[in-house]
Amino acid sequence: MPDVRLVNVTKRFGKIVAVDGVNLHIYDKEYFSLLGPSGCGKTTLLRLIAGLIQPDKGEIYIGDRLVNDVPPEDRDIGFVFQTFALFPHMNAWDNVTYGPRVKGFDMKKAGTIGHEVLEMVRLHERLDAYPNELSGGMMQRIAVARALAAGAKLLLLDEPLGQLDAKVRNELRYEIRKMVKDLELTAIHVTHDQAEAMAISDRIAVIKKGKILQVGTPTELYMTPKSVFVAYFIGESNFLEGYVSNLSRTEAIIELRGGVKIQAGVQENVEKDERVVLAIRPETFVIEKGIKKSKNSILGIIERITFEGTNIRYGVRLENQDLVVVVKPSLVEEWLNVGEKVTISFSLRKTHVFSYPEVGLREELAVE
Amino acid sequence: MPKPKITETLDKLSSKTAIKNTIYIISIIIFLALILLPPILGIIIKWGAMQDVLSEPELMSGALNAIGTSFAIAFLVSSIDIVAGVPMAWMITRGKSKWLNVLDTFSDIPFIVPTATLGYSLLLFWSDQSRGLSSLFETPLVSPGWLLIILLHFTFSYPVIVRVMVGALLDYKLEYEQASRTLGAAPLTAARTVTFPILKHSLIASFTLAFARSLSETGATMMVAGAFVNGPIFIKNYIGTGKEGPLVFVSFILIALSSLVFVTIRLLGPKLKMPVRKIWPKAERKLSSSIVKSSRNGITLLIFFVIVLVPSLFVAIPAFEAIFTGVLPEALGRVGVWGDYWQSISLSYFVGIVVTLLNVVIGLPMAIIIARRKMGNGPSAVLDMLVNIPIIVPSVALGASLAIFWKENFAFIPEIWLLIFAHLSITYPYFVRSMSAAIERISMELEEAGRTLGAKPLGVFRTIIFPLTKYSMLSGAIMMFTRSVSETGATLVVSNIVTAPVLLVNWVKNEVPTATLGLGCGFLILFSFIILLVLRLVVRGRRTY
Repeated sequence: MPDVRLVNVTKRFGKIVAVDGVNLHIYDKEYFSLLGPSGCGKTTLLRLIAGLIQPDKGEIYIGDRLVNDVPPEDRDIGFVFQTFALFPHMNAWDNVTYGPRVKGFDMKKAGTIGHEVLEMVRLHERLDAYPNELSGGMMQRIAVARALAAGAKLLLLDEPLGQLDAKVRNELRYEIRKMVKDLELTAIHVTHDQAEAMAISDRIAVIKKGKILQVGTPTELYMTPKSVFVAYFIGESNFLEGYVSNLSRTEAIIELRGGVKIQAGVQENVEKDERVVLAIRPETFVIEKGIKKSKNSILGIIERITFEGTNIRYGVRLENQDLVVVVKPSLVEEWLNVGEKVTISFSLRKTHVFSYPEVGLREELAVE
Repeated sequence: MPKPKITETLDKLSSKTAIKNTIYIISIIIFLALILLPPILGIIIKWGAMQDVLSEPELMSGALNAIGTSFAIAFLVSSIDIVAGVPMAWMITRGKSKWLNVLDTFSDIPFIVPTATLGYSLLLFWSDQSRGLSSLFETPLVSPGWLLIILLHFTFSYPVIVRVMVGALLDYKLEYEQASRTLGAAPLTAARTVTFPILKHSLIASFTLAFARSLSETGATMMVAGAFVNGPIFIKNYIGTGKEGPLVFVSFILIALSSLVFVTIRLLGPKLKMPVRKIWPKAERKLSSSIVKSSRNGITLLIFFVIVLVPSLFVAIPAFEAIFTGVLPEALGRVGVWGDYWQSISLSYFVGIVVTLLNVVIGLPMAIIIARRKMGNGPSAVLDMLVNIPIIVPSVALGASLAIFWKENFAFIPEIWLLIFAHLSITYPYFVRSMSAAIERISMELEEAGRTLGAKPLGVFRTIIFPLTKYSMLSGAIMMFTRSVSETGATLVVSNIVTAPVLLVNWVKNEVPTATLGLGCGFLILFSFIILLVLRLVVRGRRTY
């Protein structure tokens, strides 16, 4: 069955290292996402798995088979391209039945498969349509149907929803996942959209500059990011810089700018007096009107408010001049006003302390 | 830096619709008056002379045979070109070796060797018992005649296929082929069912260009034809005999039939279905194996070197002999026949430069009209089709009809201008085609962005279109220039002026010593090669827009 293993895989394009010593195991029947900013190497990784490019170093296994030298047509995969790559000179039917036909299935069997997958993507009535007669969403469905019709158990999806508008994207992401799960396929999905990856995946690998930073379930990545970048890229975080002024096994006292001291949970090895970055999710803050004295609280003034429909977003200038974002459900809590004095507080279990990045915080978080 | 006043004034004028339309209309009028209509009217003027042929069955039969031969050779050669040229284009674009760049440059060589020189070179290679391949067999391997004509036409039309298909394969979105491979198709299946059907237009265009090139070639064909007669040679045989009937008849039929063929290809080509549904997975997989691939590449290279490259450059061997004998000093000292040679070279380059400059001026607005549909979709599409006609008309037929038109109606026009007009007609499509294609590739949004930022139409052209198309413009200009310099058929017919290719044809007829002829051809090849090299150096690494 198609689990996929990458062992120390490296791919260079000239001087650029697109994939840098990647080790990864994607399990059978798993919906796995490769997530990262543009140019991080996630598509290169997918193309390596597909055999569209060859690794400079390392080994790629599909099932138990080492596939480094196996051409794409012999890897038994389905690939959905970002631009769909539907053959423009063939109608939907010919596109969908292409895989069975090139694999030598007789016309009857190819036809049966074609009907099945077109039913599955609910486009049976458009089988005569050419790609230029289909909407973006329809083209995407045909592209998925074509990949499924080839009978592969491993489906590779390269930003398959990237060219669609938001509503269609949200609908199709669940449809694709459902198909993959119903057919018991293994799927590897490349995306730069963390919301999409979170919604659709069993597990996610966060990639930056050709390296895998962390692999985990969406919950794990969100709740326990192992690096500043993952905390930044998965969901949203406020970053406050400071020094460890006191340290126990699970807790640390962090002295922020302006001498403000707060208590934080420690998941990473940090040392006393070390320069650190404290990451706090905007939705974990408690925000109250006026000056309240409580544990782990900081005073501030609301500098700006953005209404986002479901949520309301406050920009709060803290007493030490750091700016943090606080997000609250718009229909549940009482709205605050710009200029209002507030106290924000947070639980130490919902903070993450990381060593200050060697390259600087700004550079560490850069996605370009 | 503020714009010069003249630029500002011209920019302002360019936004006036009346002025823009006037420029477009003038360019259309010039196209019709100078390029398209004169050859057609030349035939109409002498329509009555065709009676001579119609009343002489033997003459008519000879004429029709010659025409039929031309079409048969053109069809056969273009078909072989596709079979041999497409694998070469594939190898150049898909191979990984850095030597493929060199191969790419080499594949252009027959294209830039003046055709008369090319004809002579092939004659030496295939037929000369004292020098070429035939010296190994002590008998001419290929005697002058139809087979040598086929070899010659293959040699000069092969680069057309390679050039067009290399461009098409480079522009092709590789994802289609990759999608096909990921669905289980073997490389041959992917190419046959996906890549080539998508590139069908380029295949048809390259076939049409090779067909037209074969049909219209005269100068080199004369060198290798022996007693064999095709359409252009038939015309050439009647020039200067005072019998205009056969000349007009064959010119008319060639122009009419080639236009008909071209229009048919244009109309039916897009509807042509390639066989993509039937797939033979096992056989195609075997044919995609690395052994078959290596064999294919080997055969492709063998054909290229043995049939295209070496015969094209074979003429350079006597040129090397000339270097070590007294011929080179004679040539450089303008002794004997060399005085006329250098004069003819100067004249060829002078005509080439004038023709190139004039065509840039009159062709650019036409390229914009076609690329941007300035006259509306229908009329612009018609102009797009009409612009191609001079390419498909045999140059000797074009020259003959042009000579009739201009000499009958405008006898006062000096011969040098007739020559320039003929070369304008022949080379105009090359520039308009390459420029309109280059402009079409630029998104309209860029132009619109320029306009919304306050640029006038001329300013948009100066600051956006020109910088993005200047290398296409340069390559179109050089193509025109080299085509003009090597033009033989029309030049022979339209005037008595002796350009370099005409002089070389005369040298062959007068049996001047081989070393002299070889050196004369060698200089022309050398100059053309330098031009090609300069173009490559200028363009290299700058097509990154």
